[in-house]
Amino acid sequence: MRVTATVNGVEHQADDVWPGESLLFVLRERMGLPGSKNACEQGECGSCTVYLDGVPVCACLVAAGQADGCAIVTVEGLADADGGLHPVQQAFIEAGAVQCGFCTPGLLVAAHDLLAREPDPADADIREALAGNLCRCTGYEKILDAVRLAASRLGEGR
Amino acid sequence: MSTPAPVRPGRKPGVDPADAGIADVGIAGENGKIGASPARPDGRLKVTGEFAYGSDLWMDDMIWGVTLRSPHPHARITSIGIGEALATAGVYAVLTADDVPGQNVCGLEHPDQPVLAADLVRYIGEPVALVAANHPEVARLAASKIVVGYEPLPPVTDAEAALDPAAPQLHPAGNLLRHLKIRKGDQAPSADVVIKGSYQIGMQDQAFLGPEAGLAVPDGTGGVDLYVSTQALHVDQQQVCAALGLPADRVRLTLAGVGGAFGGREDLSMHVHACLLALYTGKPVKMVYSREESFFGHVHRHPALIRYEHGADNDGTLKYVKAAIYLDGGAYASSTSAVVGNAGTMGAGPYVVPNVHIDCYGVYTNNPPCGAMRGFGSVQAAFGYEAQMDKLAAALGLDPVEFRCKNAMEQGSAGPTGQIIDSPAPVAELLRRVEQMPLPAAQPSPTSNGTDLRLVPGGVGNTTHGEGIARGVGYAVGYKNVGFSEGFDDYSTARVRLEVVAGQPVVTVHTAAAEVGQGLVTIEQQIARTELGVSQVVVVPKDTGVGSAGSTSASRQTYVTGGAVKQACEQVRDRLFVLVRQRLEQPAAQFRLADGQVWPASADAGPLGPIGGFLGDTVIEQTVQWRHRPTEPVDPETGQGSAHVQYAFAAHRAVVDVDTELGLIKVIALDCAQDVGRALHPQAVVGQIQGGSAQGLGLAVMEEIQVRDGRIRNPSFTDYLIPTILDVPPMRIDVLEYPDPHAPYGVRGVGEPPTISSGPAIVAAIRAATGLDLDRIPVKPEHITGTP
Repeated sequence: MRVTATVNGVEHQADDVWPGESLLFVLRERMGLPGSKNACEQGECGSCTVYLDGVPVCACLVAAGQADGCAIVTVEGLADADGGLHPVQQAFIEAGAVQCGFCTPGLLVAAHDLLAREPDPADADIREALAGNLCRCTGYEKILDAVRLAASRLGEGR
Repeated sequence: MSTPAPVRPGRKPGVDPADAGIADVGIAGENGKIGASPARPDGRLKVTGEFAYGSDLWMDDMIWGVTLRSPHPHARITSIGIGEALATAGVYAVLTADDVPGQNVCGLEHPDQPVLAADLVRYIGEPVALVAANHPEVARLAASKIVVGYEPLPPVTDAEAALDPAAPQLHPAGNLLRHLKIRKGDQAPSADVVIKGSYQIGMQDQAFLGPEAGLAVPDGTGGVDLYVSTQALHVDQQQVCAALGLPADRVRLTLAGVGGAFGGREDLSMHVHACLLALYTGKPVKMVYSREESFFGHVHRHPALIRYEHGADNDGTLKYVKAAIYLDGGAYASSTSAVVGNAGTMGAGPYVVPNVHIDCYGVYTNNPPCGAMRGFGSVQAAFGYEAQMDKLAAALGLDPVEFRCKNAMEQGSAGPTGQIIDSPAPVAELLRRVEQMPLPAAQPSPTSNGTDLRLVPGGVGNTTHGEGIARGVGYAVGYKNVGFSEGFDDYSTARVRLEVVAGQPVVTVHTAAAEVGQGLVTIEQQIARTELGVSQVVVVPKDTGVGSAGSTSASRQTYVTGGAVKQACEQVRDRLFVLVRQRLEQPAAQFRLADGQVWPASADAGPLGPIGGFLGDTVIEQTVQWRHRPTEPVDPETGQGSAHVQYAFAAHRAVVDVDTELGLIKVIALDCAQDVGRALHPQAVVGQIQGGSAQGLGLAVMEEIQVRDGRIRNPSFTDYLIPTILDVPPMRIDVLEYPDPHAPYGVRGVGEPPTISSGPAIVAAIRAATGLDLDRIPVKPEHITGTP
């Protein structure tokens, strides 16, 4: 089957998609966008988190056909058109929230979503919002630092 | 459903530094040197999704490989029928043991594991056959059509029972992999107070997030290039070459992006398999494990049974320790011998104990193979000896920290192998420091309104508003060797080049040391900037085009590869100074490098000119092999000997709230003090300590691969739970820097110590809250409630 979707503002089309394929597989293997990660492929780790029509989802749990006609934003779409990093991305680098980085794409989308909803989150809010994203390297402390840093910078910009 | 069609674009293998994710971002001045915390050079690629992990690689004409694995823990293979699988549309190859051209065996210390099982399978999940097809689902479908005849044999699934002479013998030399004996001092000691305890440690998974993955590309002339997520390119290469029957120059490995490792990538996974399929089909072959397959595709932390007996005098002085440690190595040796070495030689803990009698056994069973995981033997022992320390302190009426400090190792102490600790060992100070850190706020009062459920055990499960909760505080300290031990020739290789590019001096660093997330690429840049005064440092992709760096394990790379990079830079600098002396006609002058300039060695004088000016068109390149001080094997009868090059220490204090009715716990604080010798990148050091502490938390209260009759019952992140951001508390980290005079810059390995003491501190806190013994980890709710 054919799947057509707007990904990061650009229309992508994938042909000969097998109905058993997930949105994650189609993004990674058919659309050339492997930024969303394949850590568990069963909705437990959050490493494949993308926006699907504005709502964060695990791309591994979305059948590719369900995404037909949808607008998708992946980690590749968080920076601006000139390559300028979003404050959340910049904060992850500066705060040391990136080690192996395999959880990072999903965490960035989840944190991006949190800060869009709640510009000044308390630590408990951050923990709750990111509870669906596993990280094995950092122990999460520097991820909290990064989200706090991004929130303060976004706050300055308002 | 229709048959899946071939798939298309992803990302080409990392032949370009940008693809490999380790391109330079030049950082000028002090901010890029050691002791600062510059941004990691792969950070931008990792936050934009452009960093190429093994599973992201792609090539034109690429096909997919999958593995068929044994469903039996122990069985004879009577037949393998591949006809139907091979006839499946889209399938390019179906391979079995008969198709392995070289030696059908691999392994780290004792090559004993077939690349593909030939006549016998020894664990559930052992690879039996391979399929390559144009779509991963086609390959999986075809693999399910392979018909393997098995004749089941009685499995051995208990480590102690495996040593019974009547047990089925799983390998030609029997079921005993290693028995380490440590005998020191009086072997029939007595003491005023004697404490005995028996402890069990569950099987932990590394649970790195990036599954095993790689891409093998045939070179058209019988050789192969393998891009793979691994910890040790040359250790892999040696094994791949033996299995393929090819010399090293025909099997070239390049590091693909690594999504965490923690020991789980020391052994081969899909390496040989992908190469076999690529060479057979003539096509690039990609293999990516699913999470379920990953649980079968790498070794785990050894589950252990440990029996301790400690004796102390009434004044609180430790007199003796006796221990029997059984480590279940599973079906194949992997690194079990070295894990036995660690669990045994560090089995008395970081304490001065005059009389030691330790037996440590590593055994074969038909359970999943076990090998390296962060902490490597020390983790298991520490759970036992730290529980014993608390019991002894209680029996003696002493404070647990006081008792530990009274018996703590220090520089100059002799360990159980007789080795003298010849660099700082601030065991007591680490304990004092965590003891003196501020305690978290009191637990929520059950009568207060508006309890934030996220702060109590059970969380938003709404199981308590604060009633029935007891708080406990626990302490633990642990230690571990850094680097490879017992006489291993532990070295690393670095190639450093200095040249002028576009008018600016540029340093290129080439090593084969695997970057697995810890930040070694940043450290390599910092060392080069420090030694050569140049801001632009390019760390080129890690590959086998340069000599071995050894394994990214044993907390050793900053020490050993850092030492190699430092020495290569020093040699480059010496050669540059020869040029400077010739140019200035000052044959005896001494210089230094900083800020891109050559300076007289004396502090006050101004610069002599830019490095590039002296260098001109000259390219200076030096390659060095660097070794740490040699270690020695221990005596086979007494375990005596200077087996380790360096020890690293950490202490934790845990504060835990326990819902005593439901057995739910919440770790409220997990604070750590660790001596790192010298923090080359302080931010990364803290990140290692926090991440390592969280893995210890996981083992203490959450994580266990549940194995019954040799079968893993929970091979998924649904059923194998690792800590989330809700499970890990704030962690206050106190980094001490007492330089080791024997190590480059005084560094001490950082990665593993925090994983050793965090779990025992948490369990001590649960004991303090509940009064229970808790002799098994992970601690589960039923252990607290006593419900069967």
